[in-house]
Amino acid sequence: MTTQATPKTNSDEAKIRDNQGGTWLYSNTVKEHFFNPRNILKAGEEAQYESYSKGRVGSPACGDEMVLWLKIDPETEKIIDCKWQTFGCGSAIASTSMLSVMLLENGGMTIDAALKIKPQDIMRRLEGLPNRKIHCSVLGDKALQAAINDWFRITGKHDRVITQGAKVIDPILHITDHDIEEVVLEGAKTLEEVQKKLKVGVASPESIPEIEQLIRFYSEKYYGGE
Amino acid sequence: MSFPQKPETKKLVYLDHAATTYMDARVQAEMLPFFSDHFANPSGLYAIGRDANGALNDARRKIAEMLHALPDSIIFTSGGTESDNLALFGVARKHAKKGKHIITSAFEHHAVLHSCEALEKEGFEVTYLKPDEHGFITPKQVHEALRDDTILVSIMYANNEVGTVEPIADIGRELLKWRKEHATPYPYFHTDACQAAGALDLDVEKLHVDLMTINGGKIYGPKGVGILYKARNISLQPIMYGGSQESNVRAGTENIAGIVGFAKALELSQESKDMENKRLIELRNYFWDKLQEKIPKIRLNGPSLGDEQMRLPNNLNVSILDVEGEALLLYLDEYGIVCSTGSACTSLSLDPSHVLLAMGLPYEYAHGSLRFTLGHTTTKEDIDYVMTYLPAIVERLREISPVNLQYDPKANTHAQYHQR
Ligand code: FES
Repeated sequence: MTTQATPKTNSDEAKIRDNQGGTWLYSNTVKEHFFNPRNILKAGEEAQYESYSKGRVGSPACGDEMVLWLKIDPETEKIIDCKWQTFGCGSAIASTSMLSVMLLENGGMTIDAALKIKPQDIMRRLEGLPNRKIHCSVLGDKALQAAINDWFRITGKHDRVITQGAKVIDPILHITDHDIEEVVLEGAKTLEEVQKKLKVGVASPESIPEIEQLIRFYSEKYYGGE
Repeated sequence: MSFPQKPETKKLVYLDHAATTYMDARVQAEMLPFFSDHFANPSGLYAIGRDANGALNDARRKIAEMLHALPDSIIFTSGGTESDNLALFGVARKHAKKGKHIITSAFEHHAVLHSCEALEKEGFEVTYLKPDEHGFITPKQVHEALRDDTILVSIMYANNEVGTVEPIADIGRELLKWRKEHATPYPYFHTDACQAAGALDLDVEKLHVDLMTINGGKIYGPKGVGILYKARNISLQPIMYGGSQESNVRAGTENIAGIVGFAKALELSQESKDMENKRLIELRNYFWDKLQEKIPKIRLNGPSLGDEQMRLPNNLNVSILDVEGEALLLYLDEYGIVCSTGSACTSLSLDPSHVLLAMGLPYEYAHGSLRFTLGHTTTKEDIDYVMTYLPAIVERLREISPVNLQYDPKANTHAQYHQR
């Protein structure tokens, strides 16, 4: 066949094309953690690993899943070991790997310090993630919270369990601030887009101002600066 | 499992021919003179304009012959998307007085689906037929959806993701019968043949279609050029306005180089299709055998691997359970292996492939789906190369995955539909 193949670019960064025609880039640090994930617990070896606590979360955005195991020193409340498993895209794998490195460096983080880690902190260490991939780093953050809560429960420190009390915004459709957070992470930026995804506000127009405020809050939180 | 070493020189194994193809060197040679030597506007009355017009008409005649159609039924466009838009908006807006109902399938290309959604906003009603689990739409389904106000049916010739070949001729016959019984010229029948054009028969008489979309970028021709075949008796409302080119249906100076290249590409692919189909089917089946042998918990998506009347010869779509498609894709890309996935993680909207979901595949299956589409340059060595890395990659990603789905081997039994 007298045909010619397309030339390949030599760029180090991974350029990915989505199935709707857009492109995005992964930084070299993301790639490094993706191809060489740190601190993983191999599937099938869970039984041999003695951890104190475990957090499992699923992403409602894209259906991905993550499990994080922690070993915590009860005296110092330092995280002395951390393992994880992730079913998800390159950024989800790289984010969890980076999170585990952050938790363990300098002799281990205290759980109070760990609870202050924000998705932005993970992203900064990864040298950035594309906007549409921010929700993947949020997944790691949530798995960490769940695992620490699990430890609080196991050790009887029930007063320290952090409950993310969901607040009902639209009483008729039962839409909570969490739902709005999720759709903002899925990329909705305007009231119209949020309404389209959630059908919110249609039933109770009184809730619109509060919804708008939440959209601003979460957009600021995840996309706006630090 | 230790990871196989990367090859010293990075190889490119391109297995995404359904996305687009490289251009055949013979097509390029045919096109070259039209960029600077024969550059004239075919509307010009002077000699060089007439020459350009001659080339345009030659291309039109050549294409018409291959489609068993009349030359003036070929409208040149900027590609598949424009042709689909022109067919849908063109028929709908022109014939709205006769009815405002359209039938299509839920797993068409977005060029059709999003046009339909826009038409719904203009007051049209659209029925989206659900394909069965292998991706087939039956003539019976179409028949049952027909109404007195149906003006257009648009069903793809072959699906771009799973390669299902739809029974277009049977559906066409069904529609002919309906028109006769109801003494009406409606509904018109459009098919998007972009994926089919390189592998299947394009005779519009045999297919009983009134409108057909083909583009150059999938048949080793140039991108940015395509055609809409339109039966002579059908009038369309233009979607762009300007000069009187293309019988007043599609304004704009003709892309002569592209058109000449398109005609050549179509000619070459139609000429070689029988041999090439046979070669690709063999390779593709070999690939699937190897995948099943080396990778546990893998499922074939779409129809069974039959002949080209059932599934496009170059298409292999599989779901690898417990791993995510984008992660697989990135790993494969490291080894120069190029394919695509229907995973939610790669889409802007974070929705998995609408094609796989329409076929009733669960989310988890769409998530780990990979589409390999073979083509001219694909060799057995390429497949073997993929097989040195893919099983190890899958194993590594499964190692770090908390998901462990139950696998039902029955998932790999596949029904068949044969066109009469
Ligand atoms: S985990 Fe699905 S997009 Fe990142």
